[in-house]
Amino acid sequence: MHLGEVSGLSMGAATRDAFGEALLALGAINKALVTVDGDVGNSTRTEPFAKAYPDRAFNVGIAESNLVSVAGGLAACGKVPVVASFACFLMDNAFDQIRMSVAFPQLNVKLVGTHAGISIGEDGPSQMGIEDVALACSLPGVTVVVPSDAACTREATRACIEHDGPIYLRVGRGKVATIYPDGCSFELGKAITVREGTDATIIANGLMVAAAVDAATLCEPLGISCRVIDLHTIKPIDRDAIAAAAAETGAIVVAEEHLHHGGLGAAVAQVVGETTPVPMAFIDVGDQYAESGDPQGLLDKYGLTAETVMEAVKQAHGRK
Amino acid sequence: MPELSLDELKDKAKVIRRLIIRITTEAGSGHPTSSLSAADVVTALYFGGFMAYDPQKPHDPDRDRFILSKGHACPVLYSAMAEAGYFSTDDIMTLRKLGSPWEGHPNMRRLPGIEASTGSLGQGLSLGIGHALAGKMDGRDYHTYVMLGDGEMDEGQVWEALASAHKYALGNLTAIIDQNGYQQTGATKDVLDLTEFQPKIEAFGWHVQTIAGNDMDAVVTALKAARGISDQPTCIVSQTQKGYPVVPLLEAEGDPNYHGKPFSKKLAEAALAIIG
Ligand SMILES: Cc1ncc(C[n+]2csc(CCOP(=O)(O)OP(=O)(O)O)c2C)c(N)n1
Ligand SMILES: [Mg+2]
Repeated sequence: MHLGEVSGLSMGAATRDAFGEALLALGAINKALVTVDGDVGNSTRTEPFAKAYPDRAFNVGIAESNLVSVAGGLAACGKVPVVASFACFLMDNAFDQIRMSVAFPQLNVKLVGTHAGISIGEDGPSQMGIEDVALACSLPGVTVVVPSDAACTREATRACIEHDGPIYLRVGRGKVATIYPDGCSFELGKAITVREGTDATIIANGLMVAAAVDAATLCEPLGISCRVIDLHTIKPIDRDAIAAAAAETGAIVVAEEHLHHGGLGAAVAQVVGETTPVPMAFIDVGDQYAESGDPQGLLDKYGLTAETVMEAVKQAHGRK
Repeated sequence: MPELSLDELKDKAKVIRRLIIRITTEAGSGHPTSSLSAADVVTALYFGGFMAYDPQKPHDPDRDRFILSKGHACPVLYSAMAEAGYFSTDDIMTLRKLGSPWEGHPNMRRLPGIEASTGSLGQGLSLGIGHALAGKMDGRDYHTYVMLGDGEMDEGQVWEALASAHKYALGNLTAIIDQNGYQQTGATKDVLDLTEFQPKIEAFGWHVQTIAGNDMDAVVTALKAARGISDQPTCIVSQTQKGYPVVPLLEAEGDPNYHGKPFSKKLAEAALAIIG
């Protein structure tokens, strides 16, 4: 049973595929766009861009720290470098380079972390980016974006490249449910209300938006009307949408495919605490590394399901 | 520590290659070609009398160490360790399945005998230096072997490690580069050409041999020579073929690198027939 199935959402493309498509299309329009790859372009989906624009594509080998600083130099010269690698290798391996060659000088580098989360499956924990959002959010002036489906990722990719400033865009390996129609509207920093509701709000991003929609469906017969908010931009965060949800629904559940500490949950909790304190509950990977296994089995085992989100809603709602 | 004859080692390498193919095809994912290229060296290390180890005492402080820095090639490690008696060949058929400690990349917290958790390329040689330094501090004469990929050599950390191993004259450390000519997105000479390795690594103060790494005689000779050096770190540039000895099958499939792709049942059958 895939995430979104309870609500009749069909399976769409992987968000990394949507990123690759959008990048290729943008390459025709924006001649300053360049890619800097670390020998994983066939996985990150920058490959079609590199094939179409070989003069604007650099593969510096398996050398993440080098590729981030190379991108910093390119950006300082007016290029718009897209640096794509696995989320873990990019954010974790090259963190100081991201700090000093991108964030501190506020250079216009687009960092794209693919293979985010535990849903990459069989390759196991060493390839899973689950600390990446915490690392990215810690950096002043870096916009952090986690789109939920293919249509939204295409628009997010466009917005990230048009934005003038450092960005971290996080995408996943496997297919995900379709939430939005093609050409949906997308604005950096502006949360999307996927579903209206009055008794509780589920705030999610990435593939957990589909789980949130399912949880809302499961809550209906329980008499709990759930609002679902897709908080695709964690930084800068949409304080108004969060404060309104807290004030109007009185309970908030946050669901994300990331470690417990430093991710979407922490970011939302700060805003709730500062604006309208209400009961909260959190669904995430916890404070642990996962393991190898099939993607669906892992999501089930580590509690990233519609049912766990629904239980969290019941819990937070019950504490109102 | 088993010490097989040359002919026995060649047979053992075949057994290990067969296991690599069986477990990755059963898993439906993984890196068989990265594992196959390294099979002769790993076989020689575990069965040629080069490593002292006891599967019953995986934490024995005097054991020799093998660190697979190119962790994605763990099917070769799991297969060799199964043959060595750390666990059974049935166990490793659970490769990459939910709940199995035989994960997609080595996890030292779940499998005694695995010396390092790897999978993010570039870190194994530094970990090996740590083992080698600790051995010297404690007055133990174990040896540490680290296997790296030729693509992995792109990582700056590897060169930092090469420099620091020389500083501490780590004669108890051997790096083996599995130079199979390919990395993820193509031939290493196209992605980032670091050859020739030998003069570069010699310039970092290491003793370096370049050998035919799919030739068991050459592998055994080189490992013996490396053990004879005690005042500087040693490196073996092991020139292999990714997917050896089934490269013609992969060429026929149109992808001689075949990186990170398991063999279909049909391809596996053909590969097993070639290995014999
Ligand atoms: C730090 C890091 N970056 C990228 C990867 C993704 N990756 C896995 S295997 C591989 C290619 C490795 O090539 P090589 O070292 O030559 O090993 P081979 O498969 O040829 O044996 C890459 C880029 C990784 N595992 N770690
Ligand atoms: Mg290689």
